[in-house]
Amino acid sequence: MDTNWELFRPFGAHETEGAGRLRLFENFLFNRILTAVLSVFGAMLVIVVLLNMVPGDPATALLGPMATPEYAQRFIAEMGLDQPIYVRLWKFFSQVAVGNLGTDVISGRSVNAIVWNALPHTFALALASMGLACLIGIPAGVYGAVHKGSIGDTLMAMVSVVFVSVPSFILGIFLLIVFSVMLNWLPVLGVSDNATLGDHLVRMILPTVALALGWIGLIARLVRTSMLEALGQNYVRTARAYGLRENMIHYKYALKNAVIPTLAIIGMGIGRLLGGAVLIEIIFARQGLGSVLYDALQARNFSVLQGSVFVVVVIFVVVNLLTELSYSFFDPRIRYNRR
Amino acid sequence: MRGLSILLKTLRQTARYPSGAIGLALVAAILFIAIFAPFLAPYDPNKLDVINRLAGPSAEHWLGTDQLGRDLLSRHIYGTQVAMTVALSVIALALLIGMALGILSAYVPGPVERLILIAFDSFSSFPSVILAMAAVAVLGSSMPMLIIVIATSLVPHFGRVARAQVLSVMNEPFVEAERVFGASQLRILVFHIVPNILAPLIVIASLDIPIVIAIEASLSFLGLGLRPPLASWGGLLQDGYQNMSKALLPVLISSAALAIATLAFTMFGEALRNAIDPRSARRPD
Repeated sequence: MDTNWELFRPFGAHETEGAGRLRLFENFLFNRILTAVLSVFGAMLVIVVLLNMVPGDPATALLGPMATPEYAQRFIAEMGLDQPIYVRLWKFFSQVAVGNLGTDVISGRSVNAIVWNALPHTFALALASMGLACLIGIPAGVYGAVHKGSIGDTLMAMVSVVFVSVPSFILGIFLLIVFSVMLNWLPVLGVSDNATLGDHLVRMILPTVALALGWIGLIARLVRTSMLEALGQNYVRTARAYGLRENMIHYKYALKNAVIPTLAIIGMGIGRLLGGAVLIEIIFARQGLGSVLYDALQARNFSVLQGSVFVVVVIFVVVNLLTELSYSFFDPRIRYNRR
Repeated sequence: MRGLSILLKTLRQTARYPSGAIGLALVAAILFIAIFAPFLAPYDPNKLDVINRLAGPSAEHWLGTDQLGRDLLSRHIYGTQVAMTVALSVIALALLIGMALGILSAYVPGPVERLILIAFDSFSSFPSVILAMAAVAVLGSSMPMLIIVIATSLVPHFGRVARAQVLSVMNEPFVEAERVFGASQLRILVFHIVPNILAPLIVIASLDIPIVIAIEASLSFLGLGLRPPLASWGGLLQDGYQNMSKALLPVLISSAALAIATLAFTMFGEALRNAIDPRSARRPD
């Protein structure tokens, strides 16, 4: 039987453990990135197969029955719809590899330009909503935990259930009715091309709030739960015994630990906000990735659809990956093996 | 008989807290309306009355009429039936397929497992609304197609949980004991594994119902889902939204219907989760 000399090295033990952890982490990272790449690939396969299943003749669907056969044929060839799926996938990914999402066959613009024009609007909306949600949700959660069982807490629990469960586009319509139609405080429609910065900001208020409400509810509930757990810990009792001010205990010590699970949810939320943003953008007639996607769907414009879905999927997958990694960053106890 | 008593006991526990009781009552009411829609609705949902367009509430039309003079109360009652048909079929389908794939991936390691997991990852790398939008736009939006499409986007959710549950139950002593007694794989699967993984799946199913209602409504709202003249909540919302400048009531009723339904199922689902797994009461999501 081999003697494990490692055991007899007085100070080396934790070093080797560290190296082992690092190797484990590298494996984990490699596995996750591989899965992410594969799932982007799989997702595009799903879309391309889906687009291949269009019933009937896509040229007729797109150009109408009046198009000449020659034009229809050229159009089909330009869209690449006459080629088998694997050729189209290969073409798409070899283009993507050099950073080219293709050309919009209908307008002749590059899909890159279309997506890049839309992306900042969507990101601004998603980030502003998430920021607002944290700004209100975290203090609300802390309040609920500190004043557990008070009227404020109960009221907030009721409001958060409503915010969490009612879909954001319904909340958006409610907001639109109340603030734009009934009170006439805020403008209804999206941004015009020559709008000033102030205009942009005013018109962002309603969509941002509509998207944020659900997350305010979710974050408040999460923070409240983990805050309650944190407040029951020994270090909080110790801090109290030392005579620290309650505010200091709550915000400096307990919240720091309570916010970890919330951070993970916020990360995933940014990906999911993209889905919600689609509807909100359409309701509030805003520019953005959502409206690009929707217009492409309506027009059956597959070249733009492919490109914009690809961007959404990549953002979604990357954000999820970062979130998963951040779990282990914030809580080193989380193990890296996949099962 | 035993199943029934477990069901009753669980429902009693679900109703123990006010939010659970309210949720349960609302869910029961919604299901009642959905089942008995033809008896409850005062009018044919598609009966036109062009003279009375966008009329306010009256003795004949309690909730007023829409832009074609159709009775809004009747349309929303039938809309409840449509929403529940879609939601429950989607959940049943996603649960069955997800469970089958989850069990398969846990039982057959190697390429099959890899393939299933990658498929799960691929399907969940879209926001589900976007996947459903693309699929419905391409494949058409008949009700069966809509159900299949939304169910597909939820399968990974059920599949992952089923898989995790199977993996944890598979090595429990009672399963090993069965194996030692010489029980067949199939017997172990049907009588021991499945009943033990069902509870968390049912909780997810009830918590996913509001999501399905929301996806269906948003698709129909965008004109990609169920088409008029079929009365779906999303379609009614779209009708009301279009005519918002002329009458506010229709859009308010439709959004209230959607808000109440999603709220009711969320409250019911959360109470059910706490009843089935008391530890989760401290641990949302």
